[in-house]
Amino acid sequence: MSWYLTLPLVIPFVASIIAYLLRSSPLGGWVSIIGSGLGLIASIALMAVVLDAGVVAGQMGNWPAPFGITLVADLLSAVMVLITAITGFAVAIYALGDITERQAKLGYHALFQILLAGVTGAFLTGDLFNLYVWFEVMLIASFGLLILNGGKEQIDGGVKYVALNLISTILFLTGIGLLYGMTGTLNFADLALKVEEVENQGLLTVVAMMFMVAFGVKAAVFPLFFWLPAAYHTPSFSVSAVFAGLLTKVGVYALIRMFTMVFDHDIGFTHTVLLWVACFTMVIGVLGAAAQSDFRKILSFHIISQIGYMILGLALMTPLAIVGAVFYLVHHIIVKANLFLIAGIAKRLTGGTDVYQIGGLYKSAPFLAILFLIPAFSLAGFPPLSGFWAKYIIVKATLDLEMWFVAFIALAVGLMTIYSMTKIWAEAFWKPHPGGIEPELKALTNKAAQIIPVAGLAVLTIIIGLNPEPFVIFAERTTEQLLDPTAYIAAVLGVTS
Amino acid sequence: MEQLLSVLIGVLVASSVYLMLARNLLRFLFGLILLSNAANLTIFVAGRLTPGAPPLVPDGLDAPIGDVANALPQALVLTAIVIGFGLFAFALILAFRAYQSLGTLNTDEMRVAEPKEN
Repeated sequence: MSWYLTLPLVIPFVASIIAYLLRSSPLGGWVSIIGSGLGLIASIALMAVVLDAGVVAGQMGNWPAPFGITLVADLLSAVMVLITAITGFAVAIYALGDITERQAKLGYHALFQILLAGVTGAFLTGDLFNLYVWFEVMLIASFGLLILNGGKEQIDGGVKYVALNLISTILFLTGIGLLYGMTGTLNFADLALKVEEVENQGLLTVVAMMFMVAFGVKAAVFPLFFWLPAAYHTPSFSVSAVFAGLLTKVGVYALIRMFTMVFDHDIGFTHTVLLWVACFTMVIGVLGAAAQSDFRKILSFHIISQIGYMILGLALMTPLAIVGAVFYLVHHIIVKANLFLIAGIAKRLTGGTDVYQIGGLYKSAPFLAILFLIPAFSLAGFPPLSGFWAKYIIVKATLDLEMWFVAFIALAVGLMTIYSMTKIWAEAFWKPHPGGIEPELKALTNKAAQIIPVAGLAVLTIIIGLNPEPFVIFAERTTEQLLDPTAYIAAVLGVTS
Repeated sequence: MEQLLSVLIGVLVASSVYLMLARNLLRFLFGLILLSNAANLTIFVAGRLTPGAPPLVPDGLDAPIGDVANALPQALVLTAIVIGFGLFAFALILAFRAYQSLGTLNTDEMRVAEPKEN
């Protein structure tokens, strides 16, 4: 078993145990930071190995694939693990200024580390049933984090979140059972080979649709997204930042993985469904955001609309479109987590999250205003920030296919995104505070812990934006691996030790 | 046997959908546990029902002799039962807390985190 595959998983688990034991002491938060930092180093190491070797795989307990559980990292897995670690590290630092003593005592840091482990595991596993198990690890940790405050709002949002996610989980499980019944295997690489031999291809499409619904709930696509805006605005800001950045993307990752490698037998049907889903998701999300006035609710609906772009990239299924989806995935996690962190700072400075009832941030905290503008403009797709390239590639892919209407929707949704961002800007930053408060950054407790992660993520956005070429080349290599899984299959099934 | 179990799974799913469409959160949860049992049975049936011997490898051999039962679906179902049990326990406690702090189990009345109705 190779250390670079297991370390990104082992570190958060160990950190979570230590953080749990130290939950009553202020050291708990530092354990979380150190754990995430080590996890970041481990995922950079994994990335280096994968960049060098292409695909690496390891068999747990030395049971040869496809019988045992395989951990496998191709470029997509590696970049997702890396971006998870970056987000986790940023949020772990931010938590110092955001998480109250009571929340820490209830085990915030331990649950947070378990959540990171669950997300990382979902990205690294090469086995469908194991993916289900990691989903559950992630889910139970997210349940705990969501209702940690125990207020009425959290319980209310939690009920809806738990209920809809459990249904999706059961659908996923049923799909696993049926797919196993048809192919006799659960290993991704083996599945990619065996699905071609299934006699009844129509039945396979039915199972594919079950997976699409199950992952669609996780990814919050139309019409399955209702749990997201019901829950994401209720927990602590660090919790909603990590949820917004990572949880829905696990669903998107699972969709990309399954619908490029395994379910590519009937693209005409499955990917047309995905195309419609993507268009509706983009439009509904952005319209929902326009109707909201709560900082975090606006951002929550924007998650949905942005998920639409990624699904659009997957639905078009051309190499360029998949490049766009991968690029979008990475860019979106950074930007979205950052915006939620900024919402937290704005709340602490102005005392509210309803943008109509707060204001004055531009005058009194101009630095924060700049930090907001970077991810906000990036989200809307302004050059030269990362979101511009992400949108550009996706729209270019639709134009190459001469899908004018889809391209129009993608561009119009971008325009509407600017509308929402302008609303936040004009209300929360530009206009004077209705209560006459002049919030200053100095007033923050643990100011550095809150500003540094926000600034760090903003710098990443700028770096990707100003220098997109290496990232695009990387996304191209990732796409090659996804569309031609020969290397993946060889790495998984060829390695027996 | 397969047909019989398929009918049973169908009945389980139908009753769970009926329960989950109720407004009462507790009924929803009961529906959920029925549905998860239906999923477990599906995995079990998907692994083919074989009246074979236990899949034990005799001393000195590499493979079991003759027809043996498929052990993998049983392992999957066991895992799924354990995980489902944990999640269900959490969901029950959550429903109890919801009843305590919101004073209702009617999901239509749970609107604290929703936008205000005009």
